[in-house]
Amino acid sequence: MSQRDFYGFDTLSLHAGAAPDRETGARATPIYLSTAFVFRDSDHAAALFNMEQSGHVYSRISNPTVAVLEERIAALESGVGAIGTASGQAALHLAIATLAGAGSHVVASRALYGGSHNLLDYTLRRFGIETTFVDPRSPDAWREALRPETRLLLGETLGNPGLDVLDIPTVADIAHGHGVPLLVDSTFTTPYLIRPGELGADLVYHSATKFLCGHGTVVGGLLVDIGRFDWEASGRFPELTQPYDGFHGMVFSEESTVAPFLLRARREGLRDFGACLSPMNAFQILQGVETLPLRMARHVANAERIAQFLSQHPMVARVSYPSLPDHPDHALARRLLPRGCGAVFSFDMKGDRAAGRRFVESLRLFSHLANVGDARSLVIHPASTTHFRMDDRALAAAGIGEGTLRLSIGLEDPQDLIGDLEAAFKAASRAPKA
Amino acid sequence: MIVDVNASPAYAYTGGRPFDPTRPVVVFVHGGEHDHSVWALQSRYLAHHGFSVLALDLPGHGRSGGAAIASIEGIADWLLAMLDANGVERATLVGHSLGSLVALDTAARAPARVERIALVGAAVPMRVSDALLDAARNDEPRALDMINFWSHSTINARPGAPTPGFSIFVQNRRLMERQCAGVLFTDFAACNAYAAGFERADALACPVLFVLGQRDSMTPPRQARELIERCRTAAARNGLPAPTVVEIADCGHSIMAERPDALLSALRAFLATPARRPG
Repeated sequence: MSQRDFYGFDTLSLHAGAAPDRETGARATPIYLSTAFVFRDSDHAAALFNMEQSGHVYSRISNPTVAVLEERIAALESGVGAIGTASGQAALHLAIATLAGAGSHVVASRALYGGSHNLLDYTLRRFGIETTFVDPRSPDAWREALRPETRLLLGETLGNPGLDVLDIPTVADIAHGHGVPLLVDSTFTTPYLIRPGELGADLVYHSATKFLCGHGTVVGGLLVDIGRFDWEASGRFPELTQPYDGFHGMVFSEESTVAPFLLRARREGLRDFGACLSPMNAFQILQGVETLPLRMARHVANAERIAQFLSQHPMVARVSYPSLPDHPDHALARRLLPRGCGAVFSFDMKGDRAAGRRFVESLRLFSHLANVGDARSLVIHPASTTHFRMDDRALAAAGIGEGTLRLSIGLEDPQDLIGDLEAAFKAASRAPKA
Repeated sequence: MIVDVNASPAYAYTGGRPFDPTRPVVVFVHGGEHDHSVWALQSRYLAHHGFSVLALDLPGHGRSGGAAIASIEGIADWLLAMLDANGVERATLVGHSLGSLVALDTAARAPARVERIALVGAAVPMRVSDALLDAARNDEPRALDMINFWSHSTINARPGAPTPGFSIFVQNRRLMERQCAGVLFTDFAACNAYAAGFERADALACPVLFVLGQRDSMTPPRQARELIERCRTAAARNGLPAPTVVEIADCGHSIMAERPDALLSALRAFLATPARRPG
């Protein structure tokens, strides 16, 4: 169900969650660098600890600057609320740890960011949480992987690095038919390009380090609860619907009809795991979010030009970008991502590995590093970096080859970027001196 | 806590403590298309500060069974049955919007059962525009958009939920979406049709608190003026203190979420005043 916003997206990007500071009149959101917050009296202290009143106690649990960012991203995603975390990885871990424990099972797209794959395939297995990886384009594969102990389904709006477009409505239906939520990583897309919650996703997370921050300056994550999943009707989540001895015997679904997940995630996950977002980082991310609509439009326009250039270049075997007609998810992308498919994509170079190395090392505007979503253009070789722990079969299944390069297109003059790529292709094609 | 009322399950949130009818009882009555959770930042506090709390899910709302009741008087009758089912002789009633009319009607018709009433976001008459009623009947999503837009004075109210980091605007939208189809129209039609408000105010014999949002577009404070005057006259006739009127600045209709602490302070002060005693 779509809804009319209180204000438009561009306005929410600037105003949601923030008002001029009542004490000082500061118009920008102040950075509240304070570990703890003074209680008015003993009764106020007890009320805050017992969730009788709302307020800030200690910055691991909540912080006024971080809260502004949380409210802003919640408004932009049309979610009931959000939790700021130390990184995108921390947001993913917080979501899973809130809903799953030893003996639980997750069904995940196999086209995931390498760090997410590591968490699921190696680390969480050590804690008794199993994951089955599936072809994100196969509804049957999602269905067949479900088990009685499955607690959530997980995918990325645009798979990393092949940019498989997640058919969110279809996968959400499969999840809901099994009584579990769909968790979606929307890092590559941001709410400017897609709102997964409006397509059926129940939880959305971001590495805010990327396009939300937008300037390659700080690390942070955000976990959003859309607020539509009925945890009580599901019957699979006693963590949210039965008394929790770890917090005053609270039944979170009684305290909040629409957001018991957020209450448990903050009152348990942030409290106990402690992967909170620094207010300084939250401020930097807020600055990025204020210009998100302007930047994303430019990121996408530049990416489309670069992808077009590469798709016609004789040294390029394949460009994997859903905006191009030959991408297998092109039609789905046009339906789910009408504003464009982001600014991260991969392409396969012809030639051997040495040619690829010469190409990367010859680029002057593109920075060779492990990040995406910077204002500057970036390049990386996934097989030897972000996805290096995956074996050849898993790499192939994720659409990654030896010659695959991933680009994150920045905000430079696109003609300069094309010139930089052209020069690097020329350098790569020259045989090395004997 | 769920008890059977008129052969249907009726849910009430008790503030995180076992319900004890021997302590002073405060009953919270939500507005149209809502449930008990709108009182999260008032009910839990009172339950841990000497009161027993019943934050109701009215029939057809939230966890309570049955169909939504089509008249304010009918809801008031159900509320009295709910008090009976929970062994409550007398209670303070706190109602928001539709719930304020229910509190008013119950207090006037069953004075021996009601110690005080707090009317939050109240107006008499509580007219609903034809456009909104039509949308409520024929296009609920559009009606929810209209209500949500008119219910909030800001997108920046904090804190509006049990923890920071919530969008009170989306939170309210999702809560309304959870109610069954048809409930919205039933609730709003009941408010619109309620014609006994002034008569009930004339008959009141208990202390009254009004909490109003100065920027309320659903029930603007001016629409409570005559009701306040009627309550003032009734209080003088019965030797009771004049009604307390608290107008909260920078606050819309969603008072519990936009200014939770201001509302709680008003309720605490009101609950500290002497209650009406039977006889």
